[in-house]
Amino acid sequence: MTTALDDSPTVPAPDQGLTAARQARGQAVLSGGVTAALGVVGVAFGLSAVFGQSWHLRIGWLLPLVGVVFDLGPLGGFFVAATGGVSIAVGIYAVGYAQREHWAAFTLVMLPLFVAAMLLVPAAGSVTTFLLAWELMAGASLVLVLSEHRREAVRSAGVFYAVMTQLGFVAILLALVVLSAAGGGDAFATISAHSGAVSAGTRTAVFLLTLMGFGSKAGLLPLHAWLPRAHPEAPSPVSALMSAAMVNMGIYGLIRIDQQILGPGPNWWGLTLMVFGALSAVFGVLQASVATDLKRLLAYSTTENMGLITLALGAAALLSSYGAHQVAAMAMTAALLLILSHAAFKTLAFLAAGSVLASTGLRDLDKLGGLARRMPGTTVMFGIAALGASGLPLGAGFVGEWLLLQSLIHSPHNNNTLLALMMPLSVGAVALTTGLGIAAMVKAFGVGFLARPRSAAAEAAAEAPVSMLAGMTLGAAACAVFAVAPVALSPVLRQVLAALPTVGGNEAGPALGGYLRLPGIPGSMSPGLIAAALVIAVLVALGLGRWGWRRRPVAAAAALWACGADSLSSKMQYTATSFAEPLQRVFDNVLQPETDVEVTHFAESQYLVEKVTYRTTLADPVERRLYTPVVRAVTTWAQWVRRAHPGSVHLYLAYGALGLLVVLVISR
Amino acid sequence: MSAATDLPGLTATALQVVAVVAGAPFVVGGMRQVRARLEGRAGGGVGQPWRDLRKQLRKQQITPAGTTVVFGFAPAVVAGTTLLIAAILPLIALGSPLDSAADLFGVVGLLFLGTVALTLAGLDTGTAFGGMGSSREITIAALVEPTILLAVFALSVPGHSANLAAIVSATADHPGQLVSPGSLLAFVALAIVIIAETGRLPVDNPSTHLELTMIHEAMILEYAGPKLALVEWASGMRLTVLLGLVANLFLPWGVAGAHPSVLAVLIGLVAISAKVAVLAGVLATGEVFIAKLRYFRIPELLAGSFLLALLAVTASYFFATPT
Repeated sequence: MTTALDDSPTVPAPDQGLTAARQARGQAVLSGGVTAALGVVGVAFGLSAVFGQSWHLRIGWLLPLVGVVFDLGPLGGFFVAATGGVSIAVGIYAVGYAQREHWAAFTLVMLPLFVAAMLLVPAAGSVTTFLLAWELMAGASLVLVLSEHRREAVRSAGVFYAVMTQLGFVAILLALVVLSAAGGGDAFATISAHSGAVSAGTRTAVFLLTLMGFGSKAGLLPLHAWLPRAHPEAPSPVSALMSAAMVNMGIYGLIRIDQQILGPGPNWWGLTLMVFGALSAVFGVLQASVATDLKRLLAYSTTENMGLITLALGAAALLSSYGAHQVAAMAMTAALLLILSHAAFKTLAFLAAGSVLASTGLRDLDKLGGLARRMPGTTVMFGIAALGASGLPLGAGFVGEWLLLQSLIHSPHNNNTLLALMMPLSVGAVALTTGLGIAAMVKAFGVGFLARPRSAAAEAAAEAPVSMLAGMTLGAAACAVFAVAPVALSPVLRQVLAALPTVGGNEAGPALGGYLRLPGIPGSMSPGLIAAALVIAVLVALGLGRWGWRRRPVAAAAALWACGADSLSSKMQYTATSFAEPLQRVFDNVLQPETDVEVTHFAESQYLVEKVTYRTTLADPVERRLYTPVVRAVTTWAQWVRRAHPGSVHLYLAYGALGLLVVLVISR
Repeated sequence: MSAATDLPGLTATALQVVAVVAGAPFVVGGMRQVRARLEGRAGGGVGQPWRDLRKQLRKQQITPAGTTVVFGFAPAVVAGTTLLIAAILPLIALGSPLDSAADLFGVVGLLFLGTVALTLAGLDTGTAFGGMGSSREITIAALVEPTILLAVFALSVPGHSANLAAIVSATADHPGQLVSPGSLLAFVALAIVIIAETGRLPVDNPSTHLELTMIHEAMILEYAGPKLALVEWASGMRLTVLLGLVANLFLPWGVAGAHPSVLAVLIGLVAISAKVAVLAGVLATGEVFIAKLRYFRIPELLAGSFLLALLAVTASYFFATPT
């Protein structure tokens, strides 16, 4: 990577090289070690909180007037544990990554700080503490996104991210201030106790503001635009933390404030969540399936998965408001499972993408390929992550999506037109998301890792060091557990669900044993048994294929079929762009690609073509339609306001005097 | 599970798998024969695919240069997933020990797992043909998925379950539901989807080798000998299994119960063979009269079937028979 060279402070002299390398190694081990240790602490505290040990801590002197209050319950514990788990894998991985990419000391310090801030958000027990932790998290992540700030793309992504995260913060700040004024206190416990007295108008305002603020953090449409910018440009371990852990905080906020503290809301809350969730899921996966930048693809896949989680959450709230608590409990369990599985496979996917980036300097799938032979370990890891993200059996995401679909199809619909229309449409959206998700992940894995290298850099790829592989192995192990033995999560999910009475928590959720059983519905599934049976079936198939092998000549290798030509060049392969071209054409109206075809004719005759230039750009249509006009309006307004300060001190003094007069008149 | 120790049920399931393995080449051969006769040719006979398989299996194992284990194992994964589906579905009898382990969503997932394995193998070869076939196949698969799942939804409304034994026995107990609008729409939607998923006309032409039109064949172009045999066997089994699924979802008569007698199993075997043979014959006859659709017209067909499936669900909601 070019930036790695830029970022290394000085080129060490030969005699100092060894000492400098040892020092860099020590720093990387310290930073990664502290991050992983914080993760372990998070998992331990989180799990103990899930299982009923509530942690309460008040530090009065830290903030004037109100102090800092931490209050960790089962819901917060769940998110703390999930964040902790991601941090352990990322911490171990960062030991190798930081050395390889020559991270600056500043980045090394910020990494554990970012993790600490994220662990504090779900632990916050009061509005002030929550906002403080939230802003620490946002600030730390912003600094980390900017760690390769010498590149122009990083700076632009940083500005975008900074503006969106701060606007989101303003929305959350307003919502929580209004809420604490109406709820009669700063502590969440106090507000929760008085939430019955909050007027309907205030509730609506708080819901809409939190939807905006937390939705932008979770990357929901239309406030998703920072994800595909910031996640690719951040260093990969940071991308993993942001995409697998930080976006979850948006979901946490939606559950904590709108369901646990304010809930149960009117049924349009659930409906709104479902609509935004479904739109985000379909739009995110559609963009992912045509993306050619590996990390951008993964970022859009995050929008997709957060959309599915929000859809599940909304379904739980909606069903609950119609009294279908049992099915609501299923939908909520699906949401929690999807949060965990997404955290596992997205950590793994970003870490594997980071290995590829560190080894080749490439994120562009059109230039990758042939990594399976050069980086076998990383390839296996990305394969496991891609299988998890595609929602197929044996993948981490399968059980969650299965539960979500089951809860949607088993919703009672007696004489209720809204449910009878909403649920089939949601099933369609989820199914389209799964189908396109498979296409996106086949593209990422098949084009990026299989076939032959499409550039010299991909040709020269080498396997990642042991510590990076170790971090990824941890993520892969989590994926495997979620895929075949969700029974391991059953006690955790039951406890968290019990803390959420407004979304079906009073009912027993689905039983996640060796067989997944649905409460009150004759339906079951066993991912472990499917996996075992599939292994046997594949062995049987291999046996069928060996029939008559004694009579065969000795196996041989042969050249690929090149249509009679001498050999195939690697340029004749399909690329990510060509692979996704049919999908791009099918969804032409949504994606709105801009294609330029330039045909140059020979001067002698316009019937002979000298060359054809083909260029296609896929901008985010939501960004173009929504963000560009807003940015233009703000710029115009700023230009207009600028006229008011021409630089004359006299004029400014007049403004001051006028302002003072107005204040005096008003306050009289 | 009591079903796991149930010997007749286990035997019926084993028989089901063996019947699919042995019968699939005959289904393919029969369809080719019907087509040949209708086109005025003599045809190779119903047993020709079996003879082809035997020939391929005796040939030399060829590994194309530069391919990885993904290419090598994909045929076994496709065949394995299909065998597993054959063991799960209630083709001969209802009491498969795997019925409670995988419902219709699981079956669809396994089907797609096989598709994904082959598309990855196509990409793994690093040829233009492989990539082209994979790209086209995955696009169709992505668009087929919504319809399949919505059809599953429509079918699971009457039985209140997505597990196959429950759906089939609900239909057998209330045959009146078959002529309900929901059921009929779901049948049409599912039929279109299965044609797309098994690569039959008008979506894909199984006997083409023209690069402009190939989908499935382009993807597997580099396979030869025993591995090609496994791929072709597996695609025949997929066709057979899916035809059997449609047959028993909409015409569940003759399917043996959960604890069948020997006679019931035999009746089940004959019944499913007859149903699949008739369906295959109808499909082959239909294929004579239609041409392959242009590739970019296929999404329109699939969008149509999606609409039918959506209507099926809504209809089964609003015209639900009281239970």
